[in-house]
Amino acid sequence: MICKDAQNLINGYVDGELDLIRNLEIERHIQDCALCTQDYKNHQVLSNAIKTGSLYFKAPADLRRRIQLSLRKAAKAEAGRRMLPKWWFNIAAPMAAAAVILLALVPFLRGPSADDLLAGEVISSHVRSLMASHLADVSSSDQHTVKPWFAGKLNFSPPVEDLAKQGFPLIGGRLDYLEDRPVAALIYQRQKHFINLFIWPSGSDSDVETKTVLRQGYNLFHWTRSGMTFWAASDLNNAELQKFVQLVQNQTSSSTAIQS
Amino acid sequence: MDAAYNLPRWLTRNKHDAEGMVQEAYLGAIFDDIHGTDTPTRLKSLEKDKLTQFDQSILPHMNAAYNLARWLTRNEHDAEDMVQEAYLRAFKFFNTFHGLDGRSWLLSIVRNVCYTWLQQNRAQELTTMFDEETHSVNGDTSNPATLVLQSADQQIVRQAVEELPVEFREVVVLRDLEGFSYNEIAEVAKIPLGTVMSRLARARERLKQLLCNRLKMEC
Repeated sequence: MICKDAQNLINGYVDGELDLIRNLEIERHIQDCALCTQDYKNHQVLSNAIKTGSLYFKAPADLRRRIQLSLRKAAKAEAGRRMLPKWWFNIAAPMAAAAVILLALVPFLRGPSADDLLAGEVISSHVRSLMASHLADVSSSDQHTVKPWFAGKLNFSPPVEDLAKQGFPLIGGRLDYLEDRPVAALIYQRQKHFINLFIWPSGSDSDVETKTVLRQGYNLFHWTRSGMTFWAASDLNNAELQKFVQLVQNQTSSSTAIQS
Repeated sequence: MDAAYNLPRWLTRNKHDAEGMVQEAYLGAIFDDIHGTDTPTRLKSLEKDKLTQFDQSILPHMNAAYNLARWLTRNEHDAEDMVQEAYLRAFKFFNTFHGLDGRSWLLSIVRNVCYTWLQQNRAQELTTMFDEETHSVNGDTSNPATLVLQSADQQIVRQAVEELPVEFREVVVLRDLEGFSYNEIAEVAKIPLGTVMSRLARARERLKQLLCNRLKMEC
């Protein structure tokens, strides 16, 4: 072994990191070579000076406390974070999902409104009246015949107007049954079309704006005025039925004005 | 109580089991109450387990962590910050620790934290391109008398080690102060095993030279 190789290996020798063969080789070389012996001794002295001295810095006590504290904080925060996904989410996520689904279904889940139900009833009555040749209980184009006919049959007096001059002749009157109560039904005609006008007390003083619906091919108009609820049903087109509705509304408001 | 019973009754579909669940839940609730925390018991024990394991395997190496950080930053205050940062990181990534050697694992984190800090705050120390060859010294000229080296007191040795380039300093600290094997040094310093020995050799040559300079001796 030459000195150059030996000097490279002396560190490993001092540190006890050489394999057995190299260990023996270097030991033999050191014995023979004064220069490398010196080198080896220097390494030992140096290593010992570092090892045995007070060069090792020990962690200050308050650092230890500070770290333990911050670790506990970190652990707590971690548990908090873990609690959200694993525990809280297991309950909250399905609940949120259910809420979303419910909200989406609300329009479908919500039952038909009172108006929707009533519209169905009105159309049924209208259709029934046309089917069974039972259009009118009292057939008269005279409002002064029709209106008194209801007296004694109903506990209210429906406004009855003949609109023949405006193209909607009165055909007659009929007793009908809507919203769990007997109602007045007036029949008008427009060419070949019949109009059923259902009238009953609304039970409150507040007026309701005119609304229109198209259901099963029938046009419906309904409104509440002067304590009376009106539903007009016909297979007339919407514009003509609206004209009729306006006529009825004008007549009833003028007649109530006269009454008051 | 009705609400507490209803849920387990439906979940277990069994009257007996449901009653057991409710009883356990009430005991758990009392336990939580005593300890004044809203963390569920199960999680609290998980968190406790991790802390306990960490306390046992990583916390005892705080001196080693501080020593390395202190030598790399050459500053008490910064060293403390490095150690604290390293411990928080170690805790965060504790699940990647497989329980073989807590000290090496922790020190490699400390080293990473310190090198990041050095790059940000002591860039010139790292940018003076570290070159093993230029920093090495010709072995023939650096063999002072053993007595000379023995005369160096602790203060001078300390100053000489501090003067070493950081890459030399860390292998000397890990080997001579921490007593790491070459394998462990290779792992912590992320260098090949062969490089460990040559770097240590050069570091020690340089150290000898620095000591001689400090002792005003011709070597």
